[in-house]
Amino acid sequence: MSQTAIEAAEARPSLAVGALLERGTGYLLLLAVAAFAVWHLVATPAAFFTTLVVGINQGALYALIALGYTLVYGIIELINFSHGDLFMLASVLSGFLMVSAFGATAATTGAFLALIATLVLAMIFGAALNTTAERVAYRRLRRAPKLAPLITAVGLSFVYQWGGIKSNGSGQRNWDTILGSSGFTVLNVKVPWSMIVVTAVTVPLLLGLNWVIQKTRQGKAMRATAQDQDAARLMGIDVDRTISLTFALGGAMAGAAGLLYLQTFGTTRYDAGFQLGLIAFTAAVLGGIGNLNGAVLGGVLIGLVQALNDRFGLGVAYSQTVVFTILILLMVFKPEGILGKPTTEKV
Amino acid sequence: MTVNSGAAPTGREGGDNLLAVEDLHVYYGNIAAVKGVSLHVKQGEIVTLIGSNGAGKSTTLRTISGLLRPKKGTLTYDGQNLATMRGDKIVGAGICHSPEGRRIFPRMTVEENLDLGAFLRNDKAEIAADKERVLELFPRLRERITQKAGTMSGGEQQMLAVARALMGQPKLLLLDEPSMGLAPVLVDLIFDTIKTIRDQGTTVLLVEQNALAALRVADYAYVLESGALKLTGPARELAKNDEVVSAYLGG
Repeated sequence: MSQTAIEAAEARPSLAVGALLERGTGYLLLLAVAAFAVWHLVATPAAFFTTLVVGINQGALYALIALGYTLVYGIIELINFSHGDLFMLASVLSGFLMVSAFGATAATTGAFLALIATLVLAMIFGAALNTTAERVAYRRLRRAPKLAPLITAVGLSFVYQWGGIKSNGSGQRNWDTILGSSGFTVLNVKVPWSMIVVTAVTVPLLLGLNWVIQKTRQGKAMRATAQDQDAARLMGIDVDRTISLTFALGGAMAGAAGLLYLQTFGTTRYDAGFQLGLIAFTAAVLGGIGNLNGAVLGGVLIGLVQALNDRFGLGVAYSQTVVFTILILLMVFKPEGILGKPTTEKV
Repeated sequence: MTVNSGAAPTGREGGDNLLAVEDLHVYYGNIAAVKGVSLHVKQGEIVTLIGSNGAGKSTTLRTISGLLRPKKGTLTYDGQNLATMRGDKIVGAGICHSPEGRRIFPRMTVEENLDLGAFLRNDKAEIAADKERVLELFPRLRERITQKAGTMSGGEQQMLAVARALMGQPKLLLLDEPSMGLAPVLVDLIFDTIKTIRDQGTTVLLVEQNALAALRVADYAYVLESGALKLTGPARELAKNDEVVSAYLGG
């Protein structure tokens, strides 16, 4: 008796020390990163802010794609692995529309109108393709074991990449963008024009999405379906239609990201979706998968981290390493993500 | 009318039923959960479905509201065939279901939950009036109106589940174990409220394990055992029936 009591008494503080060490290490790492950032901010402010601009631009793209992962995961707990490739197809389509169809290769009024038209078409394309995939493949598998839709998503990813090779070729294709790499300088900070376009498109899209989900009837249906599908049915919500709508919104965001990627980098590749999709998925997990604000926060954070690393840190070669190291660390210290909620539910 | 055993005709198989379930069979995969249940609910009644765990009570309710599909049998409500009707249309036709385990939306506020109960309705003024009415029925919910539903106690969540179903303006209210896990004082409150709801014009189909309380409020009762009818009869008669008393009323 007394021995087990002593053991218990010993075990308890040692557990606390473990947790304390863990948390301490976490804060120490954060502190180190903050110190690193502040040091560069003080030493070379112009270069630092230029890097931030690059990071935010990149981060906005990640955020748009990450939303597609998080929306779909939030409602049917499926990691839609084909989502990155959907984005890639949208970028290829945008290239053909902007350059081949509209001939928009310089900053003219017509080119900006073409940009808006392409944005709408790319979003419709993304929404339609994603909804079709849900309708044809995922809906039948909704009651199947979780691995079946997951593997289907991986399979679709290859189908989309095949579509990418057929339309874009097996190598990189370069396109003229309407703004090129031109930009302007404020207080020694270089801001590319494409960044303004990316912001001008992304911010309204995010606000619009938030409005749809928080304020509209369909948004309420989406949130209810995400929390409890059967209960949503009992409210008279058409669950199938609501899930379709969720795929449509995610696909539309990826469609917009495709055009913005094209206008930022001027290139398309059939495997661009694999890389960006993986990072965007990481962003969604980092922010707390299922949480929309988390996806945006995660996307921007990863964009910033990458930009800071590429400019001041270990260099481009280690870009991915740094991103995924951060993901692994976060999963250790805060598995639910930055804004995610711990998964405890009152029964 | 007296107590009948098994699936014998009850004399209620007329044309004036709000809900008529005939020879219902429901399966989960290969396993039969409901095997040939027939039941009839008349306008303005409280009908109760009692029986032990796993008797098929909840399965029957879930089939009525379209969450499950019958393998065999007919479900007729107000002249419409429920077996092939889409779930949202069933709600639209006036069948609202407060499910087993409450199933409120935990990360939404009490008010958002109530609003979702009125999801298919467009009559803003009437929705507001109904909200006022259910908050009169459950004053506790008014105190918690801006609270996240998942943070409330089990009893409060149960009240919310019933209130949310009422927000759909039901003609037929399906209640699955509304007294489950509640303190005795709350059980009385819930059953009093069920009577009030009926008096205000809503027909109620009540599933209960608390047979004593259910038989006290109900007009007619069906006793289920392993997916089939065991006894049927007016609730008052069943409450006196020896078999029921020994098996369900702890007599």
